[in-house]
Amino acid sequence: MTDKAVTAPPPKRDTTSLLYDPKVRSIFFQVLTVVVIVVSVMWIAHNVSSNLARSNTASGFGFLNGRSGFDIGQSLIAYSSDSTYGRAIMVGFLNTLLIAVTGIITATIVGFIIGIGRLSKNWLVAKLCTVYVEIFRNIPPLLVIFFWYSGVLAILPQPRDAIQLPLSTFLSNRGLTSPYPIWGEGASMIPVAFVVAVIIAIAFGLWQKKRQMRTGKQLPTGWIAAAIIITLPLIVFFVVGAPLTFDYPVEGRFNLSGGGTIRPEFVALYLALSLYTAAFIAEIIRAGIKGVGKGQTEAAAALGLQPNKTTQLVVVPQAFRIIIPPLTSQYLNLTKNSSLGVAIGFPELFSTGSTTLNQTGQAVEMISIMLIIYLTISIVTSLFMNWFNAKMALVER
Amino acid sequence: MKKTLLSAAIGAAVLGIGSAASAGTLDDIKAKGFVQCGVNTGLAGFAQPDASGAWKGFDVDYCRAVAAAIFNDASKVKYTPTTAQSRFTALQSGEVDILARNTTWTISRDTALGFNFRYVNYYDGQGFMVPKSLNVKSALELSGAAVCVQSGTTTELNLADYFRSNNLQYNPVVFEKLEEVNAAYQAGRCDVYTTDQSGLYATRLALSNPDEHVILPEIISKEPLAPAVRQGDDKWLDVVTWVGYALVQAEEFGITQANVDEFKNSTNPDIKRFLGTEADTKIGTDLGLTNDWAYNVVKGVGNYGEVFERNIGQGSPLKIARGLNALWSKGGLQFAPPVR
Repeated sequence: MTDKAVTAPPPKRDTTSLLYDPKVRSIFFQVLTVVVIVVSVMWIAHNVSSNLARSNTASGFGFLNGRSGFDIGQSLIAYSSDSTYGRAIMVGFLNTLLIAVTGIITATIVGFIIGIGRLSKNWLVAKLCTVYVEIFRNIPPLLVIFFWYSGVLAILPQPRDAIQLPLSTFLSNRGLTSPYPIWGEGASMIPVAFVVAVIIAIAFGLWQKKRQMRTGKQLPTGWIAAAIIITLPLIVFFVVGAPLTFDYPVEGRFNLSGGGTIRPEFVALYLALSLYTAAFIAEIIRAGIKGVGKGQTEAAAALGLQPNKTTQLVVVPQAFRIIIPPLTSQYLNLTKNSSLGVAIGFPELFSTGSTTLNQTGQAVEMISIMLIIYLTISIVTSLFMNWFNAKMALVER
Repeated sequence: MKKTLLSAAIGAAVLGIGSAASAGTLDDIKAKGFVQCGVNTGLAGFAQPDASGAWKGFDVDYCRAVAAAIFNDASKVKYTPTTAQSRFTALQSGEVDILARNTTWTISRDTALGFNFRYVNYYDGQGFMVPKSLNVKSALELSGAAVCVQSGTTTELNLADYFRSNNLQYNPVVFEKLEEVNAAYQAGRCDVYTTDQSGLYATRLALSNPDEHVILPEIISKEPLAPAVRQGDDKWLDVVTWVGYALVQAEEFGITQANVDEFKNSTNPDIKRFLGTEADTKIGTDLGLTNDWAYNVVKGVGNYGEVFERNIGQGSPLKIARGLNALWSKGGLQFAPPVR
C-alpha cells in the first residue's frame, strides 16, 4: 500500500492554461505596472492643473525674463537687481557648483588622509583619525554648518577692528578680504601658456612611459611636469610685461572697501560640507584598502617592492575598484547638501530659487526648475564617476 | 503639453494639493468649526506666542475678530506660523483660510499670485535701523554698508531700488527667517537692519541692548499691510473685509469692549444698524453671518484703537504712535465705509 502511495503520479494539472504560461504572466504584470503608473501620473496632473486653474495664479515660464529686482551678495557672474530672474537662478546654480567642486576636492583630500591615517601603525594618529570620523559622522550636517557659522566665524571681530594678516589681508566677521588682482593688457596670453604647458607635460609623460618600457630607465616625471607647468606661464607673464596690479582693501566707513572678499557664509558652508563628507570618505577609503587581500601585499614584498611602491602600485589601484562606487554617492550627497546653505544665507540654487519663487509666486515652475537642475548635476556627476569606474575596473582577459 | 504634465506632477507632490471641497471658504470654516489663520513665525506685537504658548498680537487679534464674527467665540482660531517664503504657498494651497501676516498689498500679489486684499489693517513704510555707535544720521550716508534683510519680501526689492536710485553701494546679507536676520544683526554680521518701521520697533525691542540702536528718519516705501485671501471667493473676502471695517467703525462710534453692552440700548440708527439691534435688519445675514456679528467682534477683541494700543501702541512695550493708523477724523488713514 505504502509503495503505491509513493510511486503514484502527482495529480494532473492543466499546464496548457494561459494562467500558467510564464511569458503571459510576465507580460501581464508589466502591463499592469505601466497602467498603474500612467493612471496615477494622469490623476496627479489633472488634479494639479484643475487646482492651479481654480487658484487664479499665473503659470508658464515667461517670468524668467522679468526683472528680478533683488540683489545677491555673492555672484560669480555679473548680476544686479536689473538682471532677470533667469540670471538670478543661474547665479545660484554657479554658486552651487562652486561649493560642490571645492567641497568635493577638499573632502576627497581630507578623507584620503584620515582614512589612511586610521590604518596607521602609529597609535596616536590612528586614534585621532578615529575620533574625527566618529565625531563628524554622527552630527547632522546642518548643525556642523551652524557650528562654523555661528560658533566660529561669528565671533571674529568687526571690520573696524579687523585682524590684519600679512600681504594686506584682513580677517573680520564680514569675511576674509585680500588684495584683488587686476590683469592688464596681454594677460589673456597667460592662461593660453598654461594650457600649452599642460599639453607639453602630458606629452612628456607619455614619452617617458614609452622610454621606460623600452629601456627600463626612469625619470622624475612628476617634478619635470610640474616645472614645465609653472615655468612656462611665468615666462610668458614676464614677456608680456607683467601686466598685473592689485586692488588693495582700504578701510571704509562701514566695511573694508575694495579688494576681494571671501564671505563667511561661503567659508562656513564649504568647511562644514567638506569636513562632514570627509568623515564618510575616510571610511570608504579604509574599507577599500582593507578589501585588498593580504596576499597581494605579501606577493609584492616577495617580488622585492618597497612598502611605498607596494601601496602605490599594488594596493591603491585595487582599492580604487572598491572605493569608486560608494565615493560617487558621497559626491552626490555633498552636492545636494549644499542646499542647506539657505539656512545661513549663502545664495546657492535653492536660496535664489526660493526667493524667485516667492517674488513671482510661480511655485510649480520654480520647484520643477530646481528639481531638474539638481537632477542634471547629479546625473552628470554619476555618469562621470561611472565612466571613471569602468576605466579603473579589472580588465578580465 | 509634456511640460505642463511634468510641472503639474511635480507641483502636486510638492504643494500637496488634494482635491479640495468646492464649497465656499466661509461654509467650509463653519463646517470645521475654526478659522485657520496664517501668521508670522514670531514678530513682537504682531504675532508671537506668549509664555503659555498662546498666540498674541495685532495680526492675531484680527484673526480672533474674524472668528468672533463667525462663531461668537474669538478663541476658535488655529494658527499656522509662516515664513516670508512659505506664506503665499500656504494660502494658495488652501492650508490657511486667511493670511494675516504683516503682508504688503502689491498689484502683483493681487493679480499674478491670485490673492485678494481689501482692508488695510496697518499703514507702514520701510525704514532702517543702525547701531548708535556708527553715528549715522541719514540713510543716504549708508554707502558701503552691509545690510541685513529677509528674503522674499517687498523690503528686499525696495532696498535694491533705493540704493540703486540714490547711487549707493551696499552688500546684501539675506536670510529666509526673521530669527536668522535678527541673530545676524545682533552678531554684527551687518551694519544696517531694514524692514517695515513697525517691524524695526519690534525687532529693536528684542535685541539685548535696545538703547544702543537708532531708527533712521527716512521712510523709503509705502507698505500697506493687509490680510489676504484667495481670489475667486467674494463672499469670504466680504467677511474678512467687513470684520476689519467693523473694528474701525466701532472706534469711530466710541464703542469699546467694555461699553458695547450699553450701546445695545442706543437709539442712534447708525449704531443700531451696526450692532444688529435694528428690527428686521439683514446686514449680518447678507454677509453670511448673524446680525449681531459686529457686536461679537467688539465684545470679543475690542475696537481698532484698543487692539492697536494693547499690542503695539502705548499699552505695549513697542509704544508705536498711531500716526497714519489714526482714524480719518483724527488725521490718519483708517476709514471704514458706511455700514448701511
